[in-house]
Amino acid sequence: MIDARLTLARRDFTLDVALQLPERGITALFGPSGCGKTTVLRALAGLERAAGRVALGDEVWQDDATGQWRPTHQRPLGYVIQEAALFPHLDVRANLAYGRKRSRAADGLATDDPAASGFALDSVIDLLGIAPLMARRPATLSGGERQRVAIARALATAPRLLLMDEPLAALDAPRKAEILPYLERLHRTLALPIVYVTHAMDEVARLADHLVLLDAGRVRAAGPLAELLAQPDLPLARQDDAGVVIAATVAEHDRAYGLSRVQFEGGTLWVGQTSAAPGEGVRARVLARDVSVTRQAPLQTSVINVLPVVLESMQADRSTALLQLRVGHAGGDAGGDAGRAAGPTPVRLLARITRRSGDTLALQPGDALFAQIKGVALM
Amino acid sequence: MSDATWITVRLTIELAALSTLLLLLLGTPLAWWLARTRSAIKPLAASLVAMPLVLPPSVIGFYLLLLMGPHGPVGQFTQWLGLGRLPFTFGGLVVASVIYSLPFVVQPLQQAFEAIPERVLEAAATLRASPLDRFFTVALPLARPGLLTASVLGFAHTVGEFGVVLMIGGNIPGQTRVLSVAIFEHVEAAEFEQAHRLAAGMVVFALVVLVTLYRVNRPARDSLGAAR
Repeated sequence: MIDARLTLARRDFTLDVALQLPERGITALFGPSGCGKTTVLRALAGLERAAGRVALGDEVWQDDATGQWRPTHQRPLGYVIQEAALFPHLDVRANLAYGRKRSRAADGLATDDPAASGFALDSVIDLLGIAPLMARRPATLSGGERQRVAIARALATAPRLLLMDEPLAALDAPRKAEILPYLERLHRTLALPIVYVTHAMDEVARLADHLVLLDAGRVRAAGPLAELLAQPDLPLARQDDAGVVIAATVAEHDRAYGLSRVQFEGGTLWVGQTSAAPGEGVRARVLARDVSVTRQAPLQTSVINVLPVVLESMQADRSTALLQLRVGHAGGDAGGDAGRAAGPTPVRLLARITRRSGDTLALQPGDALFAQIKGVALM
Repeated sequence: MSDATWITVRLTIELAALSTLLLLLLGTPLAWWLARTRSAIKPLAASLVAMPLVLPPSVIGFYLLLLMGPHGPVGQFTQWLGLGRLPFTFGGLVVASVIYSLPFVVQPLQQAFEAIPERVLEAAATLRASPLDRFFTVALPLARPGLLTASVLGFAHTVGEFGVVLMIGGNIPGQTRVLSVAIFEHVEAAEFEQAHRLAAGMVVFALVVLVTLYRVNRPARDSLGAAR
């Protein structure tokens, strides 16, 4: 558990956050620019001095109550920022060696532990595909290559926590697409907690397991990604690209029609054919604006994905209504909160419809409906 | 070259080399502090360093003479240490040179340090480098062009100074008689041929030094630009 309580008064805003972040997976700090997400990251790294406490497991990095403070260079972390801050006077190999040498000296032989073998230099180089770049100077690298080297340099120190501050924001779309698969590999391969600052929803949907919503220096909401994205009362749900992320596994391919069927707790979806093999895990993103509802199962429809759902809640403004839907008809009422605690969290969808349609259908929470899903994106 | 001339040239080089060494040792930490500090006294400190640029050498020489003289605080201190008095000695010349060449060393270094992006130093900190480690393994290598400029300017300016040298050192052969003073003396004595030889030598020296400096520093500047 990463435990941080940080307060910091600035002229234009006050930071006041309490975070309990899981020690596995990617936690996204998400919010508009100026909400304090970078400041939180810098305070975790010790680059900024906020008041409070920072602890990683039982290792205390800062505790104002006991006067403890570890300067940045004594914290076993990796830090990657927007513009890869590589050392221009060193080649890629020496850039990687810089932190590795020092962290090994600080940890003694600890990095030779089998536990840390995920950070063997060769596997880090391999993971980020930078073997051909080792003799190059940073000035001769492309933006995407630089960023991969910066990530490798951070990983080579065998950090216990990886902090990433908008690592893709300075890259154009093709470069971004070049890096994202590496980040996903990182995510799959390493049991390393990553705190990932971004204001790009597509990166959150693709990478994050947990989400912390920051707004004006405060935590607006925090929790598992799928749960938070499916909450209609958060500012996320008001954005045009509001939508849920569903963790699914590939069930089969329909090569004739170029489709794949993916399976999740309580349903299946047809998506454009994926390169992932049957049995592999994928993430499906369903936007609220791509979901509509009917009372009866639609009979002759071009929409390929129709799921039975139960309406859980409805939030309306002047012209639109946002529906929160729970996938599956059976066992809905019986479960309740007790069911949620015992079994897996039910899959939820958001649907954005016109308020008029909502009134016409006389929708009430608890209604059994059918969700027609016009678009599913695999990521 | 006559023996007297050779002694003068050697003394000049010794003075400039020793002064440059001391200037780098003093000026590098000072420039680093000036480049990174947010202290309220930074403008005052920067101004004091820059004073020799705007003051007539005779003013600096005059006050150094008073300070280092038998009744000045520095003079009393050196006497108390058993070092005797500094004016009209080689040691006095070194002290004076360090003071009047200070801006020529500190300013290029300070600019070089200021050009290093903060994020590169922070990256070094996140890679477990202590502040001193960051200074020696990141800041100094990246400031290399500035270091070179500072050394060359400090050396060349010490060789070229006249007013302060004359006031503090006088004109004692083998002790304080440096090239610039020797030229002045030759001109006074209407020995134009000797004056010419030394003066032309100085012109060639200055040109060679500056051309070398600008050639060497060009590619290095590019690599710093890539840090952005």
